[in-house]
Amino acid sequence: MNTNLQALSGGFAQPVLNAQAVFRLLMDGMSRPGTIQTTAVETGQPAPLGQAAAAVALTLCDADTPVWLQSSLAKSAVGEWIAFHTGAAMVQEKAEAKFAFLQASAGVCSFDLFASGTQEYPDRSATVVIEVSAFGEGRSFTLAGPGIRDQSKVSIAGLPAMFDEIWRNNRTLFPRGVDVILTAGASLLCLPRTTKIA
Amino acid sequence: MSLEVPFDGGLAEYNFAYLDEQTKRMIRRAILKAIAIPGYQVPFASREMPMPYGWGTGGVQVTASILGPDDVLKVIDQGADDTTNAVSIRAFFQKVANVAVTTHTKDATIIQTRHRIPEQTLSEGQVLVYQVPIPEPLRFLEPRETETRKMHALEEYGLMHVKLYEDIAHNGRISKTYAYPVKVAGRYVMDPSPTPKFDNPKMHMSDALQLFGAGREKRIYAIPPHTEVVSLDFDDHPFEIQRFDKPCALCGAENVYLDEVILDDKGGRMFVCSDTDHCEERREQGHAGELLARQEAAE
Repeated sequence: MNTNLQALSGGFAQPVLNAQAVFRLLMDGMSRPGTIQTTAVETGQPAPLGQAAAAVALTLCDADTPVWLQSSLAKSAVGEWIAFHTGAAMVQEKAEAKFAFLQASAGVCSFDLFASGTQEYPDRSATVVIEVSAFGEGRSFTLAGPGIRDQSKVSIAGLPAMFDEIWRNNRTLFPRGVDVILTAGASLLCLPRTTKIA
Repeated sequence: MSLEVPFDGGLAEYNFAYLDEQTKRMIRRAILKAIAIPGYQVPFASREMPMPYGWGTGGVQVTASILGPDDVLKVIDQGADDTTNAVSIRAFFQKVANVAVTTHTKDATIIQTRHRIPEQTLSEGQVLVYQVPIPEPLRFLEPRETETRKMHALEEYGLMHVKLYEDIAHNGRISKTYAYPVKVAGRYVMDPSPTPKFDNPKMHMSDALQLFGAGREKRIYAIPPHTEVVSLDFDDHPFEIQRFDKPCALCGAENVYLDEVILDDKGGRMFVCSDTDHCEERREQGHAGELLARQEAAE
């Protein structure tokens, strides 16, 4: 009962304008990888989903986008909350998911089983949303690639060391591959598949 | 020029920016994938719009999906703010999104364009939305979509180079003057929409995000800011842009793209800036071209 009430609460107060505002953060973030975008939109999401991750779900997910949740999120009310507010189906198979939500604190799995698109249709790939502990502290990353003038530096706390290798493997698939949105509370940072991490 | 659209009060209310939210989400997902794979054409479920194909239904859907109440919109058609296509699309968004509009390039946050890139260099935070008729650069070389998909997948662009080579063999130079193919971020060959090749260098390492929407062909593609965009050429026939003998007849601007305007039936003509905002701004600053100076002298 308690779980259901959590699932039914929250959501965008103004679905049209809030979704537009969050999408512009995502568009700016995706076209300028490594820039930190912060949302002011309230989502009323259940724990442990972060505010920015919840805003991404409300903005981009619907009945056309199956969602995969890491087990730490799947056992909470998050799945029901996303399903109720967006109409998205929760799936067990990573390969079926258009969006995946992970928590770096519970470990980041390899991206191998997520849809990476086909060589003809590389857009048919998953977008992976990973909650980290914070931006602006922790390990420093140097990013390069389309959308970045020369290089950009960003510090991310809570991203496991093995992410570097996961990302390198993802990069070798280009133009296939998954795109990543890192979230920390109300902030987000995008890593499209073109971004090189040095 | 008046930018006011009369409010008649009798219209049914549309959703903000005309499209329903499900459609916007679908287009927004396509835009994000397009940005993540620069130059790759993402298929999308293009909707019918209240305007015919060829009038910018793709660009309008992209603009409607990214537009917010704080945006300032500029719409140009062949560089001009005051031609039919530009006026009607601008009025459309004033009506369905109540959005602020401008003709000044530097004041706009979103610029929807049909076949020109403004002369003024675009800045960080601006978005340029192109209306695209035929997004596939290989379409006239290979009519089958299954084949062109495969060619892009295998990065097999030899046919395009053969076409450019044949141009040189027949004409002594690459005769393509608009929709000149480019390679984006070293991977995908892309059609920059029928902009004159004069504008191609402006796409390279631009500070602005460039989005392309093709409504009839149902494709969206993108060039993120600071991305390499190279016009295809050969070492011995390097890419060149158009040059004009004379400056603009009204504002005297050089190194801008000029339109030919017929003045009378005795062969009189002038060449003027195709970018009307750029031309107006220069005239306001006191620059005068040949024709304007002559008129002032006659008065």
